[in-house]
Amino acid sequence: MSRSKKAASLQSFLVELVVYAIFVFAYFFLVLHFLGGWIKHVFDQNKTLYGFMALALILVQGVALETLTTVLLRMIRSRER
Amino acid sequence: MDFLISGTHINPVWLICVGFIVGICGGFFGVGGSFLAGPALFAFGVPMNFVVGTDLAHIVGKSIVAAKKHRALGNVDIKLGLIMATATIVGVETGAQIIQQLKRHQNVDFVVAIAFIIVLVGISSFVAWESWQTLKMGKNTSSSKGKPKRDVSVIAYIAKRFQRFHFPPMISLPNSDIKQISLWTILVVAYVGGVFSGFLGGGAGYIRMPAMVYILGVPTHVAVGTDLFEVVISASYGTLTHAIKGNVDILIALVMHTGAAIGAQIGATLTQYFHGVRIRLAFVPLPLLGAGLIIYGLVTGHHLK
Repeated sequence: MSRSKKAASLQSFLVELVVYAIFVFAYFFLVLHFLGGWIKHVFDQNKTLYGFMALALILVQGVALETLTTVLLRMIRSRER
Repeated sequence: MDFLISGTHINPVWLICVGFIVGICGGFFGVGGSFLAGPALFAFGVPMNFVVGTDLAHIVGKSIVAAKKHRALGNVDIKLGLIMATATIVGVETGAQIIQQLKRHQNVDFVVAIAFIIVLVGISSFVAWESWQTLKMGKNTSSSKGKPKRDVSVIAYIAKRFQRFHFPPMISLPNSDIKQISLWTILVVAYVGGVFSGFLGGGAGYIRMPAMVYILGVPTHVAVGTDLFEVVISASYGTLTHAIKGNVDILIALVMHTGAAIGAQIGATLTQYFHGVRIRLAFVPLPLLGAGLIIYGLVTGHHLK
């Protein structure tokens, strides 16, 4: 890989990282910050429901963030071309 | 930020950073990263039973990302992954029950921490020895243009011996270049990995990944992808059973996973630029770092915040 290509690759990676960080920052303050109290309530009331809810939350977040990172990568690469 | 379920106060930026590093490791080495995430959570002051359960939950979200990426790269043996997942689930439940027993006797922190240190130092030493011996053999481990990557190991004969072990039913795994192997060998490897997963948290890829390479004889790149695929299934079960037992702080897992999601993408892409023995050698210092974090927590009693 030539030096200019390496620099371009690093630049696009850094751009992706910054855009992703903005999304995560917004997600953290808009969603996760307010989720704590409600999750604790479910945890105290019904452990089985909490178990399924915990699994669903992490699965949904896993798929959602994977989609987000893939879209970001695609957008940055198409902009490079 | 207060995490009410585990009763801890942790800076979320630290959690995201740990998730990011663990994500890169997971995508690159094919291990869930619990050898770093678990000790880091313990160092942040999270009780050990929550470390185990929360780490499993975080692994689910991260492994989905990395497994999908590896599947696209053709690194997943679905047949092997499904067989292993069944035995791993049984093992995870065994490990979770051991944690419950330790919780009742109120010595879960000490026992799990000591077990963690022994396992991490043992794995690191073994992989270092094997990789060093393989490199010393001077075999050509690099691939030239147009040729497939070669994956050699100084102890490849062990896998060959296990593959000759004739105890029916025998199965073939063409996607892993295994002509014939006893189903029982696979189930035992998966069960042992499952016990470690349920007992120490995470996907226990630090046990299963080397076992797949050295005992089953699966090529490193396929072992990485298949392990991640299998972890998605077994860690989902582990999350559920530990959450029902009150050992999961899902909010910690969600925050940590935001960093892991991007790290996993980067790590999986990196595997294309390295070869089997190099990946294994790069793995060596990471379990030692995890062991160091646990020793720090045990000896000083201080927690990083």
